[in-house]
Amino acid sequence: MKNKAGENRRDFLKSCVAGAVVAGVGGLSQMGSASSEPVPGKSKVVIARDAMLYGNGNGTSSTPDSSRVQKLLDHAMQTFYETSDPVAPWKKLVRPGEVVGLKVNTIAGPGLSTHNALVDAICERLKQVGVKASDIVIWDRTNHELERVGFQISRDGNRERVIGTDDKSVGYEENASVHGSVNTRLSKLLTRTCHCMINLPILKDHSGAGVTLAMKNMYGVIHNPGDFHDNNCCPYIADLNSIPEIKGKFRLVICDAMTACYEGGPGFKPQYTWKHNGLIVATDPVAHDYTGWQIIERKRAELKLKTLEEAGRPPKYIAIAGDAQHRLGTNDPRRIAVVEV
Amino acid sequence: MNANPSIVNAGNVSALKRAVLATVIACVLTVGMACSKQLATAGSGFPQTNEVSGWTRTGDIRTFAAADLSNYIDGDAEKYLRAGVRSASTADYKFGDQTQVVADVYTMSTVDSAKDIFESEPAADARSAPVGDAARLYAQSLVFRRGPYLVRIVAYQTSAQLQQAMLDLGQGIEKKLPH
Repeated sequence: MKNKAGENRRDFLKSCVAGAVVAGVGGLSQMGSASSEPVPGKSKVVIARDAMLYGNGNGTSSTPDSSRVQKLLDHAMQTFYETSDPVAPWKKLVRPGEVVGLKVNTIAGPGLSTHNALVDAICERLKQVGVKASDIVIWDRTNHELERVGFQISRDGNRERVIGTDDKSVGYEENASVHGSVNTRLSKLLTRTCHCMINLPILKDHSGAGVTLAMKNMYGVIHNPGDFHDNNCCPYIADLNSIPEIKGKFRLVICDAMTACYEGGPGFKPQYTWKHNGLIVATDPVAHDYTGWQIIERKRAELKLKTLEEAGRPPKYIAIAGDAQHRLGTNDPRRIAVVEV
Repeated sequence: MNANPSIVNAGNVSALKRAVLATVIACVLTVGMACSKQLATAGSGFPQTNEVSGWTRTGDIRTFAAADLSNYIDGDAEKYLRAGVRSASTADYKFGDQTQVVADVYTMSTVDSAKDIFESEPAADARSAPVGDAARLYAQSLVFRRGPYLVRIVAYQTSAQLQQAMLDLGQGIEKKLPH
């Protein structure tokens, strides 16, 4: 399979692994400064997979094995941060006293949302590096969507907070944030509650944007996502992710690619999903989304479906996010170091 | 009184025209309101618990107007809006103790609108099923259309009895759709 640069996939992966070392340290220093500016060199993307994640490996179980999810998360994070210690990456990512938001994606319901097991595994590691349980905020647009996928709403106390922006105690900012084509009001969980954020999207096809991954997940932090779906969501997704509160607070993407969707998204249509058994970790949301897009295209090719471009929904927002005007990361495969473990 | 019969006659004709016009408008409005009411309430007919054997309805029925559809199905809404959706209603169900299911009824503006959505989705490994005007039954979902309604049933877990159970629920929903 040839990519845009004319490399075949094997060559591409070889060059990616070679570039991984360059990208790793740069990515870490970036974490510490809570910035999402692209680093010099390559942007690193780690894809960790476990064929036995759903138990018997044949995809008949609907729930992943939680102990295997913890191991998979550790494997992905240790590879990304190049350490043998499963706790070390989290020390570089957050500091005790910070309120850490976990932006899950729950709109599709139980079949295609951020798994509770992944959230539990992340919370476990955050607490091990000194983040208080009550300083972890698991959130999305609505309480209903969170509850529907198995999260129990918790507004305070000694455990992790779980809450939707539509909760009476939260809401959206009164004043609009404006960037380019986007005029919107941000969730107060993003602007006021959390010091930093971890983005936990799903690997999904999207009927408008082509794919919905890290950057599209930001439609879940605003009051009017329905206004930004025209023209394959362009340039809305790129403009939205350029808003300083979003760009500045998101430190890491951990994409839940355990069950993924190649067609019919973003809703859950089980006939168009497959067990990818993976997690995708990155700090560069553009490189992340480009890599996720390629995974979906490969699956579509395997099933002899049209490419997303042929289907009329090319994920062109990715290139826009990486252009000189937005500079949210890179969509150039020669500058992306994909490490598969 | 009849000094100018032509004027009187003209006045009578005008009055008659007005009356006919008013009657036609009233009829159109009545039929329109009836249709509108019928389509708008299509989703309220979800079967109750045990109305279809083995099925428990959990939670409330939620209905979304076309303008609010993205609050329910995010980017999927665009496709339905383009096809002419009027509203969508959804209800959660449980089959037995384990299987969680969501049932959606999309009220489209015309039969062709429902057909457009139905046909836009690849058939994949579906088999046909005796429900609605056309149906596709998968391992974990059932999609069918009946007139201007598109019904989608999606299960979050699998079981040996699931396909037959989804078909039973689908037929139960179909019975509740306005004719």
